[in-house]
Amino acid sequence: MKKKQKNYNLILGIFIALFMLLFLLAGLFYTPYDPDAMNGAAKFAAPGTEHLFGCDHFGRDILSRVMKGTGTTFFVAVSTVVLGGGIGILVGAFTGYFGGWVDEVLMRFNDVVFSFPHILLALVFIGVLGPGKYNVILALSVVFIPSFARITRGEFLAQKEMDYVKSARLMGVSHLRIMFVHIFPNTLPSVLSMAAIGFNNAVLAEAGMSYLGIGVQPPDASLGRMLSESQTYLMSAPWCAIFPGLCILLLALGFSLLSDGLLKKGGK
Amino acid sequence: MKKVLEVKQVSVSYKEGKSRKEVLKDISFEVRENEILGLVGESGCGKSTLSKAILGFVKTDEGEIVHHTERPQMIFQDPFSSLNPSKRVEWILEEPLRMQKIPKERRKQKVLAMGEKVGLTTEQLRRYPRELSGGQRQRVSIAAALIQGAKFIIADEPVSALDVTIQKQIMELMVHLQEEMGLSILFISHDLNVIYQMCDRVMVMKDGKIEEQQDTEDLFAHPKSSYTKLLLEGLPQ
Repeated sequence: MKKKQKNYNLILGIFIALFMLLFLLAGLFYTPYDPDAMNGAAKFAAPGTEHLFGCDHFGRDILSRVMKGTGTTFFVAVSTVVLGGGIGILVGAFTGYFGGWVDEVLMRFNDVVFSFPHILLALVFIGVLGPGKYNVILALSVVFIPSFARITRGEFLAQKEMDYVKSARLMGVSHLRIMFVHIFPNTLPSVLSMAAIGFNNAVLAEAGMSYLGIGVQPPDASLGRMLSESQTYLMSAPWCAIFPGLCILLLALGFSLLSDGLLKKGGK
Repeated sequence: MKKVLEVKQVSVSYKEGKSRKEVLKDISFEVRENEILGLVGESGCGKSTLSKAILGFVKTDEGEIVHHTERPQMIFQDPFSSLNPSKRVEWILEEPLRMQKIPKERRKQKVLAMGEKVGLTTEQLRRYPRELSGGQRQRVSIAAALIQGAKFIIADEPVSALDVTIQKQIMELMVHLQEEMGLSILFISHDLNVIYQMCDRVMVMKDGKIEEQQDTEDLFAHPKSSYTKLLLEGLPQ
């Protein structure tokens, strides 16, 4: 037996991801101040005991806004992964398992979508749909379908040749049951790792789009918006940018470690 | 003698570039009730294609395959890929019963009984396939093939991936089950020793054709075709 090595990526990833999750969950129920309340007296207040992370140019408490903003960003990212990933997995499972001309057509279509840079394509969608939280989710989901479809298809392609699938066919198990009860659990390490990568990309894409002003709209706080609003005061009040930036970093880092750790665990 | 399977003048070919390559040429034989029929030949001679054709995984160009039993089952060579790695053994054995709409309590009983028959402990039934040895996995495969009550089994090199001592145990188990349950087995192997010990009759296959078929004793004592003689000469006496 090989000695089991500690999977530090997974442990650290789970730790950071859990920490961020607690942070944003807390933000749903409690923030030190109203995240949208303006306070002229506290304009550009430096971090201190009163305002832990300081205040922005409207005198809004940054800690409260970061808590809310992390929630928004997280919601957008998770919805994107669930929607885009869900459709992608379905497409990949069917094309990989059944093959044939449907596979050819869908995969060529996939290649077309895949060949555009993610963010560019999402921008086109936003251009058509208009800005806003839900449109960002929709745009990013569509953009994320191909990568999920491709990974899932590859897994199904390999798994369907295994003898256990033939054996299940002989026993009279239906195709659908084979796909989702027999094969799907074996694709989970890859799919989950893909989901973690997708989550990361979605966090960064949402931040990027909100930074450009076409993502989440005010008064919703989002990490990207906060960064964008604070760039004018980067030198005079750096805390306005540092804390939202740190949150994006931690979210992305946590889930990136998680995906590495999951892949290692799956033995790939 | 009743038959469980009749294969009549079957040919199978694969597309290879623009031409077609004939893998099975005019194959005819029958599997009788309550016998182990051996199928021997070098790798690439079409043994596996023949088993796939019988099970309907490969389309035949010509000929006819007639089943006289319900659903033949198969035991595969590689006990690693033939069991789903993400399911426990008991789940794998229950699945065929789920397909027969057997209620849960009855399923559990049947799995336990079948486990006992093939020599698996209750504790081993709760494990994942990767936690079992090659021989134990092959016992699971045998149990899974038999649990729906199949009377005809195709075993494709079921002992080739195993150590010699384990090979012997699995072979004895299969012979025992065959006698006890009155099974018919098409036993595919490249190993004449294994065939000699297990089978009632033997078919020798070469380049997609059946060279000869005889009772095992006769074949080993008086081989008719020169190819069979060649194969037998390779055996230590």
